Amino acid sequence: MTAITETTSQTPGATVWRDFAASGVALGSLAVFALLVAAALLAPWIAPQNPFDLTQLDVLDGRLPPGSPGGAVRVYWLGTDDQGRDMLSAMLYGLRLSLLVGVGSALVAGSVGTLVGLTAAQAGGRIDSGLMRVADLQLSFPSILIALMVIAFLGRGIANVLLALILVEWAYYARAARSAALVELKSEYVEAARCLVLPPHRILLRHVLPNCLPSLVVIATTQVARAIALEATLSFLGLGVSVTEPSLGLLIANGRSYVLSGETWISLYPGVALLILMAAINLAGDQLRDALNPRLGP
Amino acid sequence: MSSWLLRRLIQAGFVVLAMTVIVFAGLHLAGNPVDILVSPDADAAERARIAAVFGLDRPLWRQYLLFLERAVQGDLGRSFIYNQPALSLVVERLPATLELSVLALLLAVGFGISLGLLAGLRPHAPVSRLIMAGSVVGLSLPTFWVGLMLVVAFSVRLGWLPSSGRGATVPLLGVEWSFLTLDGLRHLALPAVNLALFKVALILRLTRAGVREVVHLDYVRFARARGLAPSRVIGVHILRAILIPIVTVIGLEFCSTIAFSMVTESIFAWPGIGRLMIESIQVLDRPVIVAYLVAVVLLFVTVNLLADILYRLLDPRVGLADAAPGAVR
Repeated sequence: MTAITETTSQTPGATVWRDFAASGVALGSLAVFALLVAAALLAPWIAPQNPFDLTQLDVLDGRLPPGSPGGAVRVYWLGTDDQGRDMLSAMLYGLRLSLLVGVGSALVAGSVGTLVGLTAAQAGGRIDSGLMRVADLQLSFPSILIALMVIAFLGRGIANVLLALILVEWAYYARAARSAALVELKSEYVEAARCLVLPPHRILLRHVLPNCLPSLVVIATTQVARAIALEATLSFLGLGVSVTEPSLGLLIANGRSYVLSGETWISLYPGVALLILMAAINLAGDQLRDALNPRLGP
Repeated sequence: MSSWLLRRLIQAGFVVLAMTVIVFAGLHLAGNPVDILVSPDADAAERARIAAVFGLDRPLWRQYLLFLERAVQGDLGRSFIYNQPALSLVVERLPATLELSVLALLLAVGFGISLGLLAGLRPHAPVSRLIMAGSVVGLSLPTFWVGLMLVVAFSVRLGWLPSSGRGATVPLLGVEWSFLTLDGLRHLALPAVNLALFKVALILRLTRAGVREVVHLDYVRFARARGLAPSRVIGVHILRAILIPIVTVIGLEFCSTIAFSMVTESIFAWPGIGRLMIESIQVLDRPVIVAYLVAVVLLFVTVNLLADILYRLLDPRVGLADAAPGAVR
């Protein structure tokens, strides 16, 4: 990514940033997102306890309301769950997993989808229509159905969740990359590159791809948010990551049985964290789309 | 039109066929198909007998044709848990899901279009900004978490609405429905609102974008200049233009509402096909999983086809010769 910004000169990047920063809401969202990422990355150092280390948990501290003083941790600011786990720590670690799944699946699906899209645009004809048929077939079914099929046949676990998310997402990138590449392939600089008899893969990857990146980045922001939501949903339904390493969705599911007795904090706070994360990505993504938009197309 | 329709029908047939191949392949990826078709506590002789009955000793392509043949006859195996044909189990639960999804979609369309019109016509009013901010929250809210919070607020704290089940039902055309009784409607309220929330935000944004585009066009300004009542300009001139894309989206959203209803159904213990599917995955009741997938794929392909036809009927500008696949999302 950095290499590409360098090759395309500094000016476009600076104008995009200026347009993006014109919105205070977007800047705030970006700051919130950065804060959440930092908190997730630093979780082992800033979390009051390691929620996966059973020796640090005290079952006698189970289901304490927020703000209670405790034995294992001085104050449980957000309360504890049924196993006496500090909710704040569990959420920081859960955030790690949610972000890893969201960003990881976006990276893989983005690379695969972009390659498929570029190949389709370059090859044209039967290969193009064949690849796009597959993408369309996939897009005509709701994401959760496809994810559910993968989990139903292959079983739960983080690897299968990632696979499901990649299968759900790749077609969006493929479609976007293809339509952007089709426009670029008609432009003069590509013709010039062809006249130099550069190999096709070099033209595609070094000349066309950088110019397709704006639309792909916009797709990526929405897809990261969707992937995080889908992973949380699967985990909530008991079809996602394993119980030993809870993501935000699984934390909410754990608190579900106590909701009816009024002990709502176990489900409430992980959900608030999820909401803030998703809203930050969506708001920043919205503004990013507006900032990049004038530069889309020829 | 008829040649387009024929091509579209053939295409829909191919989609269904492709999905059966995927489901069949999935069954084989999942492990030994004998384990899938026979209950786990069957002995070796029983396993061999079932393998012969289902032709599992034959080559894979023969097995696929057999699977297809049985599927066409409506035979997708028996549920291990309920000990009844898997397909009839799914069909039995379908009305509950349908009434929940249709009500949620009606709510989403009603609120989505009216709020979207409001926000689109007066884009700088504080109320419009509030609506748009709300729509971002709506798109960011995890559906399952909202469901839990609705239970906390309206069932636990306030005690206004029940949190689980379908309530009283009455038969209509031989099927039990909840939406015809007051008690049933009370049970429907929370799940339907839960399921509708995300779609309201989606349709609202779509409507607003459409209104903002159309409101400056010459024919709308001309209608205003003629002194037509604002209600007529909005209700006829603007709404008609923005309804076309919305109708197509609604077709697709109906499919996604049915698929996502499994989340809402499992929170509110709503006895529909989604909850059945989740429970079946958790206990590995594979015949039911296959039956759900086949039924849902058939339903979705039909809905997509109908939405495509409706789109073409509504918008004469769409070339009938252009047979682009019906996928939008």
